[in-house]
Amino acid sequence: MIIGYLTGSLLLALLLFLNRNDIVNKLLIAAFLLFQCVFTCYEFLHKGTTESYFFKPDALAILLVSTLTIISIPVLTHRYDYIYPEHDNPRVRGIYYGATVLLIMALTAAYLSSHVAVTWIFVEITTLASAALIFHRRNAGSIEATWKYIFVCSISLVLVFIGILFLSIAVSDAHDDSLYYNSLLNLAPHLKTSWLRLAFIFIFIGYTAKLGLVPMYTAGIDAKDKAPAPSAALFSSVLMNVGFTGIFRFYQIVARTSLHHWADQVMMVAAILSVFVATVYMLKVKNIKRMLAYSSIEHMGIVVIGLAAGGIGYYFALLHLILHSFAKSSFFLQVGHLYKTYKTKNIYYLGQYFHYNVAGAVFILLAFLFITAMPPSGLFISELYIFKALVDARYLYILIPVLILLTIIIWAMGKNIFKILFIPPVSLPEDPEGKVSRWETVSQYFLLGLVVYLGLNPPAEFVTLINETIHSLIL
Amino acid sequence: MTNILLIIFIISLLYFAIANRLMTYVKIIALQGVILFGVAFIELLEINVINLILILLETIIVKAVMIPAFMSYVIRKNKITREAEPFLPNFLSLIIVTGIIIGTFIIASFIDDPNLHKIYFVTALSALFCGFFFISSRRKIITHVICYVIIENGVVILSLAVGNEMPMLVNLGILLDVFVSVFLLGIFINKIGDVMGEGDVGSLNRLKD
Repeated sequence: MIIGYLTGSLLLALLLFLNRNDIVNKLLIAAFLLFQCVFTCYEFLHKGTTESYFFKPDALAILLVSTLTIISIPVLTHRYDYIYPEHDNPRVRGIYYGATVLLIMALTAAYLSSHVAVTWIFVEITTLASAALIFHRRNAGSIEATWKYIFVCSISLVLVFIGILFLSIAVSDAHDDSLYYNSLLNLAPHLKTSWLRLAFIFIFIGYTAKLGLVPMYTAGIDAKDKAPAPSAALFSSVLMNVGFTGIFRFYQIVARTSLHHWADQVMMVAAILSVFVATVYMLKVKNIKRMLAYSSIEHMGIVVIGLAAGGIGYYFALLHLILHSFAKSSFFLQVGHLYKTYKTKNIYYLGQYFHYNVAGAVFILLAFLFITAMPPSGLFISELYIFKALVDARYLYILIPVLILLTIIIWAMGKNIFKILFIPPVSLPEDPEGKVSRWETVSQYFLLGLVVYLGLNPPAEFVTLINETIHSLIL
Repeated sequence: MTNILLIIFIISLLYFAIANRLMTYVKIIALQGVILFGVAFIELLEINVINLILILLETIIVKAVMIPAFMSYVIRKNKITREAEPFLPNFLSLIIVTGIIIGTFIIASFIDDPNLHKIYFVTALSALFCGFFFISSRRKIITHVICYVIIENGVVILSLAVGNEMPMLVNLGILLDVFVSVFLLGIFINKIGDVMGEGDVGSLNRLKD
């Protein structure tokens, strides 16, 4: 089935790329979405069966693939003419949709892969597919962002690959199936710790380019700024999750060795620095998309803090990751509507959004409360329990500075968001065509609803999946 | 024999540090591609057709012919001046690269692992660190791509040092990914040349907070 999925999506991406007809384009997108949903259901029903040697839908993969499928529906059905109408020609549109489908395919395969190097290959493909999306606008800024993104990600993935090579040195009895996650989990206590330590450093630093933590986060910010809003929604949610998959699967292995405590410390340092950097930039940033991108850095910092704290932190780190995906992607989709109305992303020129789009303005108000983890947001639950995990693990000296930084972030973000909603802009947009239909906002409200539902009243199946994912860590 | 080849590889890094022209850089990566072929060929435990074709494809065809040809095409198309114009004087670069190589020798001497060939390890790490050093000390964007290829070459040598064979399909996927990313980087150099007129990292300063 996975081979069928890969070829089918590749074929659909190719057709989308070649097609110039508007209606055929819509049909192809509908076909892909249907295909993606069917595939997700199939993987859900075949949990734990290895397919084509390299792929295995385990609990983590199923969680993340389902998240991806849910987010990809509003992303692909987001009205295309909201994205830079000045460049609307069929060729550019074909590249945009083809690359989006390719990105979704590569993400799905990377989540499902059960071999270290196969994950690497598909993560590299996500870089290449995102490059086409960042370049969508074809101006000087987007060229610069694309260049930086490809270059930084390629270098980071080389680091990951070096880490994989060190890992295979750490596995002393080298044979063909030793680089599968499962066999590594079993071999873990016998791995040579000196090489494993090097491997963890390299793999962790490399994947931070995708996850958005301190050493390599920079290129991701530019990418989310310059990409069209729906693509930025994918970048700030599911693309960050793929970096998380890479790190988490390797962390599971390290957690079984004597390096567990050391790895926790490394991750904790990176995470706290990320929250700190996010706070500093949030205070001065003037571009709403960059502001949201820095907010994603902050949330990923919290997720990794949860992992490093351990205990109940594991469960709520995963919950936080998934809820953040829904909340942040819906916010980015709304920024697309905001841009449609004002034709600018600079907060200085945005204002009185209630006057132009009531449904969107209410959404932004709610999304702000959700992103900053106010109840009834599910993120409130996950953050609260991550803090509790920190207290349990006697990390009070980390908890207090993090809480102060988060408070500053809430203030900085609130200042900008309330400016957009209530204060009159410097120059009123005169273009009346910028009206956004309020039906376009429904999918975003739906995603926010999911954040409440999964946070406050999670279905039993969802809880089981998270528990299975962290099963090997709790033991 | 492999020792001689690997030493030539290290010398090529020293040469890179003092080379003045972009075309010399391109020739150096072509030479490194040929050296990689030699090393991989000698390392082959059993000669069968598929392995041989894969290695030929990876080293000679991609690394020694296609990437250098593409790089020189990019240089010609964008009319990039042929001087490399580094931030640092060549003499200083030479000293730093020598320092890096000596440093990796010292690091390698601490490692006591029977599974690892030390000379490979030294060469690979030198290529990696020198690549990072060249990226940070060169002004032109095209040299960054060339240095990325040098880092990649170092990784290939490291993978030979490890001696743990990846499955065939995985190897092919990695090769394809690397090639496509170099190709894409080249395309974007063309775009940068079209829009900003010069291939200088100083022109990439629009995006900031």
